[in-house]
Amino acid sequence: MSAFLEIDTLSAVLHGSSQRLLRSVRLTVDRGEVRGLVGESGAGKSMIGKAVLGILPAAVRIVEGIIRLDGHDILAMPASERRRVIGATAALIPQDPLTALNPSRRIGPQITNRLVDILGWSKAAAKTRALELLDEVHIDAPERVMASYPHELSGGMRQRVLIASAFAANPKLVIADEPTTALDVTVQKQILKLIREMQARHDTAMLFVTHDLGVVSKVCQKLTVLYAGKVVEDTAVAAFFEAPQHPYSKALLAATPKYTDPFASLLPVHESVIASANAEITAADQEWRHGR
Amino acid sequence: MAGETPLIRVSNLCVNLPDMTRKPLFGRAPLLAILHDLTFDIPAGSVLGVVGQSGSGKSTLARAMLRLIEPSSGQITFDGQDIAHFDEAALKPFRRKAQMIFQDPMSSLNPRHRVERIVATPLVINGQNDARARAAEALDLVGLSRSFLTRYPHELSGGQRQRVGIARAIAMRPQFILADEIVSGLDVSSQAQVLNLLERLVRELKLTLAFISHDLSVIRRLCTHVLVLRSGRIVEHATVEDVFGNPQAAYTRELMDAIPLPDPDQPGWKA
Amino acid sequence: MPDGRSAVKRRASLRLWLSGSWLALVALAALLAPWIAPHDPLAQDLFAGRLPPFFAAGADPAYLLGTDSLGRDVLSRIIHGARIALTVALMAGVATALLGSLLGLLAGYLRGWTDIVISRLVDIWMAFPPVLFAILLIAVIGTGLTSIIVAIVVIDWTRFCRVVRAEAMNQSKMDYVASATIAGQGRASILWREIGPNVLPTIAALLTLEMGIAVIVEAILSFVNLSISTDAPTWGGMIAEGRTSIHQAWWVLVFPLVVLFLTVLSFSQLGEGLKDRFDPVLR
Repeated sequence: MSAFLEIDTLSAVLHGSSQRLLRSVRLTVDRGEVRGLVGESGAGKSMIGKAVLGILPAAVRIVEGIIRLDGHDILAMPASERRRVIGATAALIPQDPLTALNPSRRIGPQITNRLVDILGWSKAAAKTRALELLDEVHIDAPERVMASYPHELSGGMRQRVLIASAFAANPKLVIADEPTTALDVTVQKQILKLIREMQARHDTAMLFVTHDLGVVSKVCQKLTVLYAGKVVEDTAVAAFFEAPQHPYSKALLAATPKYTDPFASLLPVHESVIASANAEITAADQEWRHGR
Repeated sequence: MAGETPLIRVSNLCVNLPDMTRKPLFGRAPLLAILHDLTFDIPAGSVLGVVGQSGSGKSTLARAMLRLIEPSSGQITFDGQDIAHFDEAALKPFRRKAQMIFQDPMSSLNPRHRVERIVATPLVINGQNDARARAAEALDLVGLSRSFLTRYPHELSGGQRQRVGIARAIAMRPQFILADEIVSGLDVSSQAQVLNLLERLVRELKLTLAFISHDLSVIRRLCTHVLVLRSGRIVEHATVEDVFGNPQAAYTRELMDAIPLPDPDQPGWKA
Repeated sequence: MPDGRSAVKRRASLRLWLSGSWLALVALAALLAPWIAPHDPLAQDLFAGRLPPFFAAGADPAYLLGTDSLGRDVLSRIIHGARIALTVALMAGVATALLGSLLGLLAGYLRGWTDIVISRLVDIWMAFPPVLFAILLIAVIGTGLTSIIVAIVVIDWTRFCRVVRAEAMNQSKMDYVASATIAGQGRASILWREIGPNVLPTIAALLTLEMGIAVIVEAILSFVNLSISTDAPTWGGMIAEGRTSIHQAWWVLVFPLVVLFLTVLSFSQLGEGLKDRFDPVLR
């Protein structure tokens, strides 16, 4: 049986350049599974999520590879068909809860509009569904929140609204793009628990993009580590935290601060690790050019 | 001397700022109390971690301590002198002794100046005649080669920019440095580098440091004392061993429990 | 490494090239007008009136772009007109930029009372209809080159002031300004050495735009006969004259119009190009 989301040898370049931003990326996400996508800034982790959702910036071009979503080869489809498939199966929990909501519209219509306009629900059904979802994300007064404007809600509340909105159309795949980076730690904890709860309840496949290994250990079962757009490690979370395999992953874990063990953490990534990772990239690029 | 005479003593510090969200169409915005009656010492040679969530007032505290804003009331005694209400002219000697490292190295480095000018300008203003030599020396101290002197900030990586920010601060050979969330925008690998560098500089240059952060793990590693702020009030202030070994305030406990450690079996996170 | 920046750079440099070349040509014409103009721009030859340009039937090769109804050489008048146009553009543009930017920088950086006074002044100033204002002003102080320049400065300093004030406010919020304060740098020095260079691209872009506007304003004032003496060769004056004989001699109207259009367009394109070039992040 094949996985719900399959990405195979996906490579992307910046327009007008031969430098690859994604280097033959391969990963899968099953139903009911959360896969963490980890890397430092510029590693291409958000780009993979954007590629799956069909929202890559115009300057980024996919040069090879397959993205199979629920069995559909979405890169081979005409654009309109692709949008329909993605819209019906996938949803996004964005990073910044402030800019992701339209500041001049009330919360209610921002959740229901998509259901009514695109999926053809009746207004009453959409409203019932929105209230039900706000209740699911533990918002105490859903009616009042529906009538509020985004600026009247706290950051945590806005992120709850966005989570409710992401799950509104019963997506089978949810892509969470650094959903707690802008939040305080105490709020982050609540939101992470909520995301996990919602994912389990709806049995969705989830791709969780983050730079924080601590967050990965709380939410994910599988883990893909990226370096410069290349997958350097693909493993189960429990195994990873016991013994990371790739030198770069090891260094990343050692550099992550831990207040419980201050002197065993915060070890700078050694230059030799970076050098060998870069050498690996160069070798992979050479092989790739040769193969084409 | 360390521990006996505090380098900085903050007493009954209050800061009120105009609340622009409630500004009426005409007239002044009402004042909003950001910091309430803060009192604490920073002993010479110590590293004080200031922790709090957004809205706790930690950045306002930073700006008040370095007199980028004037406190509404209270005293800030630096090296025996109350500087809380000095004007710019009277602050001049203080400006030589207290420096700041900023959160966002992109906005804190003038994009039109080369690294050499960025690091040397404070020295020139304060009448150092060997400014260029000392700028180069400061760059050595933060582990950047001299080829960086002629680069512009946008040509550097995030970690390198932050090191230029540190070089600018230490070039003046200050007694006190305030670091405001200086690693929160960095990747973990450069974060570890910058923190290790700061740790070494504090030791070698005998600095007193106030380190503002939202990340208790980082504070645990770097600091000797911790001050926990919540809504502009001090919740807890003790040595780092006491705060982490036996936190007194429930809020401190809550903050610590909320940190996701890179460990799948961390207690308190199971559904 | 080739990336998005080089594409921006290429586009910007082509733009800079084209607009720069045209403006250089106009500037050269203005500088060398007495030597390169084939005829005296004021000399009338009533027997050679309304001669068509060189490519039309019945043209006199001595008059490349034809003559107007009084037999004056169109090309020579355009070349001499460039002198007036560029003088106005340069003087009015720079004076406007200096006055407006200075007030804008002070208001945006110092804030407080300075800002309140300057901003209110701008608001009040901008409530006057500009063309009426200019005509009134010239009616009071009399026509002439200086009057035109003064009129443009008096009307347009507010444009600089507003934009520069906003930009100075943005820059003042940056930490590098806080850092300079901590270093003990004085306010004048911060304004001049820290904020100034970062506002300069905005000023440069506005300045070139303003030069284009100055050329247009001068043309408009000439058109309504409020510029320098009616005899003097100005592009606006030529267009006004050409309008009356458009059916008999279209070239009297069209050539100065095309030159005016290209010059104003070049100024605005130069501004855009310079802005890209000045941006340290794109450079």
